[in-house]
Amino acid sequence: MLLVVQALNGLQFGILLFLVAAGLTLVFGVMDFINLAHGVQYMIGAYLGATLAAATGSFWGGLLLALPAALLVGLVLEWLVFRHLYARDHLSQVLATFGVILFLNQGVKFVFGAAPLQMPVPEALSGGVPIMEGLLYPTYRLAILAAGLATAALLWFLVERTKAGMLVRAGAANAPMLGALGVNVDRLFMLVFGFGAMLAGFAGVMAAPILSVEPGMGDNLLILAFVVIVIGGIGSVRGAFIAALLVGLVETIGRSAMPDLMRLFLDPSAARQAGAAMASMLVYVVMALILAVKPAGLFPVKR
Amino acid sequence: MPHLNTSRRMLLAAGAAGLAAPALAQNAPIKVGLVAVLTGPQAALGTQLRDGWMLGMRQLNNQLGGRPVETIVIDDELRPDVAVTKVRAALERDRVDFVVGVVFSNILAAIMRPVTEANTFLISTNAGPSTFAGRGCNPFFFATSYNNDQVHSVMGQAAQDDGRRRVFLLTPNYQAGRDAMAGFKSRFRGEVVDEVYVPLTQLDFSAELARIASLRPDAVFTFMPGGLGVNLVRQYRQAGLANIPFLSTFTVDEATLPAQGEAALGFFSGTNWAPNMDNPANRAFVRDFEAAFNYVPASYAAQTFDAANLLNGAVRRVGGNLADKNALRAAIAAADFQSVRGAFRFGANQFPVQDFWLAQVARRPDGRFQTETVRRVLEANVDPWAGECRMPARI
Repeated sequence: MLLVVQALNGLQFGILLFLVAAGLTLVFGVMDFINLAHGVQYMIGAYLGATLAAATGSFWGGLLLALPAALLVGLVLEWLVFRHLYARDHLSQVLATFGVILFLNQGVKFVFGAAPLQMPVPEALSGGVPIMEGLLYPTYRLAILAAGLATAALLWFLVERTKAGMLVRAGAANAPMLGALGVNVDRLFMLVFGFGAMLAGFAGVMAAPILSVEPGMGDNLLILAFVVIVIGGIGSVRGAFIAALLVGLVETIGRSAMPDLMRLFLDPSAARQAGAAMASMLVYVVMALILAVKPAGLFPVKR
Repeated sequence: MPHLNTSRRMLLAAGAAGLAAPALAQNAPIKVGLVAVLTGPQAALGTQLRDGWMLGMRQLNNQLGGRPVETIVIDDELRPDVAVTKVRAALERDRVDFVVGVVFSNILAAIMRPVTEANTFLISTNAGPSTFAGRGCNPFFFATSYNNDQVHSVMGQAAQDDGRRRVFLLTPNYQAGRDAMAGFKSRFRGEVVDEVYVPLTQLDFSAELARIASLRPDAVFTFMPGGLGVNLVRQYRQAGLANIPFLSTFTVDEATLPAQGEAALGFFSGTNWAPNMDNPANRAFVRDFEAAFNYVPASYAAQTFDAANLLNGAVRRVGGNLADKNALRAAIAAADFQSVRGAFRFGANQFPVQDFWLAQVARRPDGRFQTETVRRVLEANVDPWAGECRMPARI
């Protein structure tokens, strides 16, 4: 039973990761642009959600207003900073977007203060489902799961079944050729970027009621999001989905099972600490194994 | 011979300056280097610390013992190398008379030698690692806070007194986390059903919460500072585990309560101070602090506010003359001030000998949250390392 609960936890964390990684993989895949600031957009989404929810007095008001606001922030960043970097090499992009991280982390601290903010769980979703004796599974987490799956379905539809999606896929395969065929690649890039920023913002708003909203909150998630897109195959939304669930499961189950596993070899107190250390490595071990077998990731985009 | 002439003249000049110096020094401002983490995820704690000092200065008309004060605020960025560089600059360029502050033990460890070797007094208003309470104690070092182990052992004692038999331990996997668990176990005699170490970057505690639910302990003890604690407390409440008593240190305090809100209601903490302590100095401190900064002070602010009043009393005692280090040290050690904790005195290792309390999160009539004392757990407690300290009688 405990394993089922842990699997559910893993899936839910994976879904959250997917929301962040989907935008990242699109931007990286389509525009060949490394955006370290993607985690910051997640943070901005959370801050916007928390602030707007406090202003409107309801979670839903916060969510609805935060999405266009996150989109706007993404577009402004694209216009101000990122569009000047597309033609540069990856090192310049990494440096510049890292600068954006520092700037915005400090910026939110300046505007909102250093103390973590709170965003309330919506009234309708505040209960819990008894999942095992003594443990409620919060309804809100089930809602995240549902929202994430719905987003994944919507993304699949957009990318695979619409004209804009077709252009995005074409852009991921060969952007110069797409430009030569008369498509306005710059505008396509801007759309993809804005959409990616909005997805990250959405993830931020959804995470705000369970995680603390604080400066730098996106930085840890960003690393895992990169792991996800590398495992999934850069540019592949389907890959990001599968890989996000995989990483979420490995993270969560690894964390609970590793110390027990280590106890077979070590005395309890050493096993606890070694197990904890091993569990945090596990995701990267899995990544290394997958890349050893499939160097371009699980679902490489054909070029 | 011109060489000799020059040196003799310089010697004379230096002598004259030496005679004039005390008189000049009486009018020159006292310089204080205030070290706190003001950027990054833990900046909320450093902001509390800084504001505690600033309030003290405001109430003292920006004077210590009648001499004007210049405060140099130093952001340590929670990076030891940065802290050392900036503190060295404050010592050598600004010639600060005191260094006050420091939230985190690793920063304190980094600046300890540069400050004390410059024969400058270092007053820690939060970090209290065991090394500096024991073997590494130093005549130039005072703490107005506590030794880290004490706070954790308070919770161990409280769990013991409340008859908790099976306790689940949860902490980040780093030195301070392991120390916290050791501190708890030093006074807890019951069974530790499991001890879980999580990465410092952990966001989601659902795996650990499921484990707690399956083991059903009498209580959970945790040390989860800053944002970690915000996440844990809210997820703990959402998972319906709040019927299992939540014992903690540095996890629910006034720095994190604004973000934890109702989720932390009724959760326990170990502390040497709480905003509701009923003495005139504390009532005035809390009231003025909230009026000035519009948030509830935490122990970081209270201990730094105490340091301002401590130094005020000390400088007054030596008549504003900071040159005689032995006299100044004796004046600081006398602790001639009214602490917000009530009675205050230093032990032989220059750490406070004080009471420790079990505190619980409560909602105030104005809707804000704060920790409130439940009962005294340890009385006039001397930290466990004091016996190892060989403090020189004179500097």
